[in-house]
Amino acid sequence: MTGSPNWYEIIMTGIAERLDKYRSFKLFLDICVRWGACADKCHFYIGSGDPKNMPVLRAELLRSIYRRDFTTAGKLFGKFAGGRKLTPLIIKEWFYYFYQCTECRRCSVFCPYGIDTAEITIMARELLNLIGCQIDWIITPVANCYQTGNHLGIQPHAFKEILDFLLDDIETNTGVKMEPTFNRKGAEILFLTPSGDVFADPGIYTAMGYMILFHYLDLDYTWSTYASEGGNFGFFTSHEMMKRLNSKMYAEAKRLGVKWILGGECGHMWRVINQYMGTMNEPADFLEVPKSPITGTVFDNASQIKMVHIAQFTADLIKNNKLNLDKSRNDYLKVTWHDSCNTSRGMGFLEEPRYVLKNVVNNFYEMPPNTIREQTFCCGSGSGLNAGENMDIRLRGGLPRANAVKHVHDKHGVNCLGCICAIDRAVLTASMDFWVPGVRVAGLHELVANALVLEGENERTTNLRGEEIADLMEENEE
Amino acid sequence: MALIDLLTKKKSVIVSRWFDAVLESYPQETATFMKSQKNRFANPVGCTLAKEVEDVYSALLKGSGDTEITPFLDNIVRIRAVQDFSASAAVSFVFLLKRVVRQELGKEIKQNDLTDELLAFESQVDKLALLSFDIYMSCREKIYEIRVNEARSNVHMLLRKAKLICDDPDSDSEVG
Repeated sequence: MTGSPNWYEIIMTGIAERLDKYRSFKLFLDICVRWGACADKCHFYIGSGDPKNMPVLRAELLRSIYRRDFTTAGKLFGKFAGGRKLTPLIIKEWFYYFYQCTECRRCSVFCPYGIDTAEITIMARELLNLIGCQIDWIITPVANCYQTGNHLGIQPHAFKEILDFLLDDIETNTGVKMEPTFNRKGAEILFLTPSGDVFADPGIYTAMGYMILFHYLDLDYTWSTYASEGGNFGFFTSHEMMKRLNSKMYAEAKRLGVKWILGGECGHMWRVINQYMGTMNEPADFLEVPKSPITGTVFDNASQIKMVHIAQFTADLIKNNKLNLDKSRNDYLKVTWHDSCNTSRGMGFLEEPRYVLKNVVNNFYEMPPNTIREQTFCCGSGSGLNAGENMDIRLRGGLPRANAVKHVHDKHGVNCLGCICAIDRAVLTASMDFWVPGVRVAGLHELVANALVLEGENERTTNLRGEEIADLMEENEE
Repeated sequence: MALIDLLTKKKSVIVSRWFDAVLESYPQETATFMKSQKNRFANPVGCTLAKEVEDVYSALLKGSGDTEITPFLDNIVRIRAVQDFSASAAVSFVFLLKRVVRQELGKEIKQNDLTDELLAFESQVDKLALLSFDIYMSCREKIYEIRVNEARSNVHMLLRKAKLICDDPDSDSEVG
């Protein structure tokens, strides 16, 4: 059924290798006592009602195989010790349920033992990958990213031409012409962002926001058309692939001779860098500890990875009064904030984006406490599940998040959901369209750039989306 | 006593049993969770079902029109349209109300000879089922529309580069 006649041996060997290599995997398989604190915390369980989407039961799909063949109790007592023999049906079950986990780690926040069920999903997906059970939406972007530089496989000349389109739009809407550089050796900073910001609507408005901010600062930075992807779908494939795609970004930084890397608004790119890179790739010793050329702030927290998140970079600029912001330009928006799983739970990034947001909009409303910050609900489409054919699964997984947005939409008239993740920008747009029509999704730097007062700008009657601000204000008042 | 009086008098028990009957369409563990967790952000499905079956029932008693009752049904059907139900199973919750009313009020209906009123009430419930099916279909159509829109948005700039989207903001004509 799997295409590999020796699929059973491949999986069993794969489990044995991973138990030996990753202590966390063995620990998480061993210590669960089925307390059940995680059971009702998963957005897929809450939205679907399928008990096998309870994190504890989802993990049990793999744990039961481990117990039978890799523990003494299981070897002696078999199913009486909770063991199951691996069958083709179980492989199908794995494929169905481990691709209904977005590795968001909300369940781990509630586990008294701190079991990170996402790690079990990661391993299960690795095992499935060994016998060729993978989804095209993940594996094709991985191949494209490795061979060409980004998920869609866009070649360098086309990548630049597309950014030129965005520069034309910036000039139309702001009256200011900007000329960023590409693959420029000797630049101080290499800027990397997920390619969704370059190709996909509404991510493109965030990409415009980056370029406007850098122009305002006269930042010595360069884009790369080779490391043209911050996203890392290798994270959803195997540890080896994650490492390979991550190292590509640093290889480009080395080739260009930059001092440090500035990263755009992405989710799992930052999780890989913060959670795994330290023990995965060689240290980026060829780079310098990031220092803002505008404020002089040294980002000690990035002394190992040599890469700074743009929300942190911008928060520092605002804190040091380096930006001329007119937040009334965003007055047609009533904004709430979605903490992206990877940046919030994965790296503790809670205050910086809110600080920036509060400085660029006048109307900000938080969602209920049990749906934000560490307890944030996943968009429902992370970890490579953002394909159109998964739309039903995505919508039920996205229900708890949308439900909280609906609350602030009904109560305060919220019409904008801000976030710092490219997948969020793409998939929450679909989720809002279904669950809470009338709420747009915007990246943080789209909102920053709309508020930023540029030298030589026109009257700024339109926002970066080309919409007439006066019309939007009028609509909002009605 | 008229049927409407009985339905009003027994409102809380009928609504509660209707809610329980709807929960039977979910696995036992899930039904327990949906019933016991009262925080609507931790349990959006259970809390929505509980609130909206009551709203639908109240609207029925008031003789509300389609326009008033549709938003309540929409909140239920929209959820069940994306859960793992067939179309018939997704809207079947409406018919459960008939069963509950017959079970709860069967005796009084016989005693008071309210069969005609019961049939009229059940016709109203049938109408709700048709309304629910319309909502179900509009949700499914919306999902396909979202899929198409997303496919286009994901490659928005590539379509523009390939000149498959008109570059002139004053024109909304497109080719390809």
